[in-house]
Amino acid sequence: MFIGFFFLLRKRGIHVSLNEWMSLLEGLEKGLHQSSLTGFYYLCRAVLVHDEADFDKFDQAFLEFFKDVEFTGELPEEFMNWLNHPAEDVESVRKDLEKLELPAETIEEILALIEDRLKTQHEEHDGGNKWIGTHGYTAMGNAGWHPHGVRVGGQSMYRTAQSVAGDRKYRDFRKDNTLDTRSFQQAFRTLRALSVQTDTSERELDLDGTIRDTCDNAGNLKIRMRPPRKNTIKVLMLMDSGGSMDYYARLSSMLFQAAVKSGNFKELHTYYFHNCVYDEVWSQPTLRPNDRVPTDWLLNNFGEEYRVILVGDAMMDPYELHGKRYDWRSRSFSENTGYDQLLRILKKYPHCVWLNPEPKPAHSGYWNQTYLELDNVFPMYHLSQEGIEQAMKSLMRRR
Amino acid sequence: MNEKFSGSQEYVASQELMTTVNIAIALQKPLLIKGEPGTGKTMLAKAVSDALGKDLITWNIKSTTKAQDGLYVYDVVQRLYDSQFGGHGVDDISHYIQMGKLGEAFQSEEQVILLIDEIDKADLEFPNDLLWELDQMEFYIPETKETVKAKHRPIVIITSNAEKELPDAFLRRCIFHYIDFPDAAGMEEILRVHFPDLDQKLLDQALKAFYYVRQMPALEKKPSTSELIDWVRALQASGVPAQQITKTIPFAGVLLKKDKDLDVLKKNL
Repeated sequence: MFIGFFFLLRKRGIHVSLNEWMSLLEGLEKGLHQSSLTGFYYLCRAVLVHDEADFDKFDQAFLEFFKDVEFTGELPEEFMNWLNHPAEDVESVRKDLEKLELPAETIEEILALIEDRLKTQHEEHDGGNKWIGTHGYTAMGNAGWHPHGVRVGGQSMYRTAQSVAGDRKYRDFRKDNTLDTRSFQQAFRTLRALSVQTDTSERELDLDGTIRDTCDNAGNLKIRMRPPRKNTIKVLMLMDSGGSMDYYARLSSMLFQAAVKSGNFKELHTYYFHNCVYDEVWSQPTLRPNDRVPTDWLLNNFGEEYRVILVGDAMMDPYELHGKRYDWRSRSFSENTGYDQLLRILKKYPHCVWLNPEPKPAHSGYWNQTYLELDNVFPMYHLSQEGIEQAMKSLMRRR
Repeated sequence: MNEKFSGSQEYVASQELMTTVNIAIALQKPLLIKGEPGTGKTMLAKAVSDALGKDLITWNIKSTTKAQDGLYVYDVVQRLYDSQFGGHGVDDISHYIQMGKLGEAFQSEEQVILLIDEIDKADLEFPNDLLWELDQMEFYIPETKETVKAKHRPIVIITSNAEKELPDAFLRRCIFHYIDFPDAAGMEEILRVHFPDLDQKLLDQALKAFYYVRQMPALEKKPSTSELIDWVRALQASGVPAQQITKTIPFAGVLLKKDKDLDVLKKNL
């Protein structure tokens, strides 16, 4: 019966191995769950889950499995057997609980019941099974235990497992969540693998090599030096700013922060564009006229060793991509369309990816026409931790 | 189980954390602690060692640390020099074998707490190299043909800042806990431990300001617990009136370490 939880966890993407499962059983044998469902929840989580990114999946699976299995049906008896294995008064507790035939009240119902019973309750009450008191078995009161219990005042000793799991407070750590610099930073670290031994005049002692050489040299010290490993990754980031991207402003700024913070790059340059890269880009996200930088200058000054990350939703009116821009200052049409400029970037930089906060549209429509078109030419990834990880991996190899 | 961890005088542990520590001790598995910087990962080991009255051996991991360093170091170079200049005892290899932190923990006459601090700093393969040693609590020294076996299985606490992914095989052998950043109530408790006679008004205002600063989205480095403690100490010493704190956030330099972040704060005030 209980093994079902094991399979459910695996089905929900938490790869629990048999070893871990055995550890859990060992823990239960030792009574580490403290005879409570909450203790059981923490024990399971500590033993079976190894990444805070999986906490949310675990919470959901736990809820799914234990939400409705209360003291009815055939599971509870077995389950209680399980939980109370080491407790001294297994039998009495179980009989008490069976006698009660506790219904699986929902929280709201219990709340209503509490109000009702508070009205009728007059004397103090401890350890019983009907009124509100302490250390009792009904769904209400303090320090008692019932998986759906509601606490009335007092210090929380054990938050019931469902309310802990139900909080889903680890939702932010999910890998497919899009709003977390920490996870972005981690994704950027993938690029660390690219650090290489550089050809500098700097040398450091190669201890292992020295020892080997010295031994080969019949014990006469022979020192070997080698160039140090250095991070040589240079990154050029081009970010869409304003317009339809306002909605993703926070996300973009988090991505930017993560890139800065991760400190994995030898150089990181960021420029901004609006909708599409035209003849000019901006050095600041505010896109003020003074911050303009010609795209040609960009292409001339950043060598092809730069890894280029474009960030934008790629959603625009098709003419914004293919039409020639009219420049109000020189009163003439620009030479290149946005699409031309993008292709120039793509051609110049063999390492180039596009990160898109907007998921790939399922159906083509007027506004996502350009998305699909750019998706065809650029390696495009979703702006989430998983997407960035994939993007970084593809940045490591030439297209 | 006669030994249970329930926090210590200087360390406020959540119910969750205490449960997990006790699980790890009972199951005799390494406890892996992750969490934001400043949530007291390293302090935990100290607190556990104080609470259980056991010695603490700390192995600080750096990017250059090799798994071998923790077991033992065979000082070949010294031996070579000694042999060249005819030093004494060159024949005896065990002269040149020095125990690392893990070896030290194994050889200890009493059970100790072994803290492997910031394991993610090391090479990707590092945790894998320790699998057998942490599992079996023994290692073999080929040079002297000796096996070093733990006299008492140390309680192993490992911290990680999640800079690198840890290998699966390693994770499977650990009990895992993620320390959340404390909420205002938890933080108040922590501050109370450090400042037993702090004015309540000052404390409330400081916490309010602290969480306000933390939630500013443009920060590059969010202030953490240790910075808050320093800051409260500064506030207390200077005698700034409590109602001033949230308005002006004095001594912001204690909370925020980067010029950029200070500018952000200035704009937000």
